[in-house]
Amino acid sequence: MLTPLTVALAVAALALAAWCGHAAYRDQPTKDWHFAGMAVVTALSVLQLVVGVVRLARGEEPADSTVIFVSYLVGVVCCMPAVGLLSLSERTRWGSLTVVAGAVVLAVLQVRLYDIWEGVGA
Amino acid sequence: MPERNGDTDGSTGTARAAGTTGDGGRRLASGPGRLLVTLYGIFTVGAASRSLYQLSTRFDEAPLAYVLSAVAAVVYAFITVALVRGGEGARRAALACCGAELLGVLTVGTWTLVEPSAFPDATVWSDYGMGYLFIPLVLPVTGLLWLRRQPTDGSERTDTTSRTGTTGRTDGTGPAGR
Repeated sequence: MLTPLTVALAVAALALAAWCGHAAYRDQPTKDWHFAGMAVVTALSVLQLVVGVVRLARGEEPADSTVIFVSYLVGVVCCMPAVGLLSLSERTRWGSLTVVAGAVVLAVLQVRLYDIWEGVGA
Repeated sequence: MPERNGDTDGSTGTARAAGTTGDGGRRLASGPGRLLVTLYGIFTVGAASRSLYQLSTRFDEAPLAYVLSAVAAVVYAFITVALVRGGEGARRAALACCGAELLGVLTVGTWTLVEPSAFPDATVWSDYGMGYLFIPLVLPVTGLLWLRRQPTDGSERTDTTSRTGTTGRTDGTGPAGR
């Protein structure tokens, strides 16, 4: 797996979490700029999916099973669009907190992805 | 940036958040409930896909752990659906499931500590959900508090969603029966 991309994605997700957490702290819903942030994180995750699939296609194998690896990649891509939609229909601070939850989960998934590829954890 | 909420797209959201509709059910998934639904949704997907994979590929290794994960997934799925659907019936069902969930976390958590040999592989509820940042333990408690706070009938409480206190028991309206 491309470690710099994984790290960048985790950091971006945590930054987004902090940003939306600040909005929630100030009792504000998510706004256009937050959605731009979510778009950036989503774009990075799509890039990660592409990189992951290309490496699999080249014959490289994750240390853990390929099925798990791909499902984690897909799960990561789904994270931001899902919480983005949820926060669109919840125009309160709780919508912002929902995005925080999604972004933190995405960052945790990055750690797991790294483990699955390198075979550290399982 | 002191500009306040440019609410151009909030038509659906505000209609719901304003809480002018009669059914208290819709409100289960709004406000703080929205965060709760999100977390339950994430755990449903996580636990379900994990147990499906484990049950289908290596059931023999740790049958007890994998079956318990599957049970957890079903409970999570049920609560998620109940919260989204809303209504008094769903609220009660979710309340019961949150209780069962809490019981499950405590039982399995204790069980894994007392008799680790029964669990060659971890479940979602192992060690009180330590591998999942204890969220499995926090979720049912939060869920129970949130569901208790909801009005039991359609009567509206002009409760702003920014209220975070857990002072649900001051209005002991009790079970409104049916």
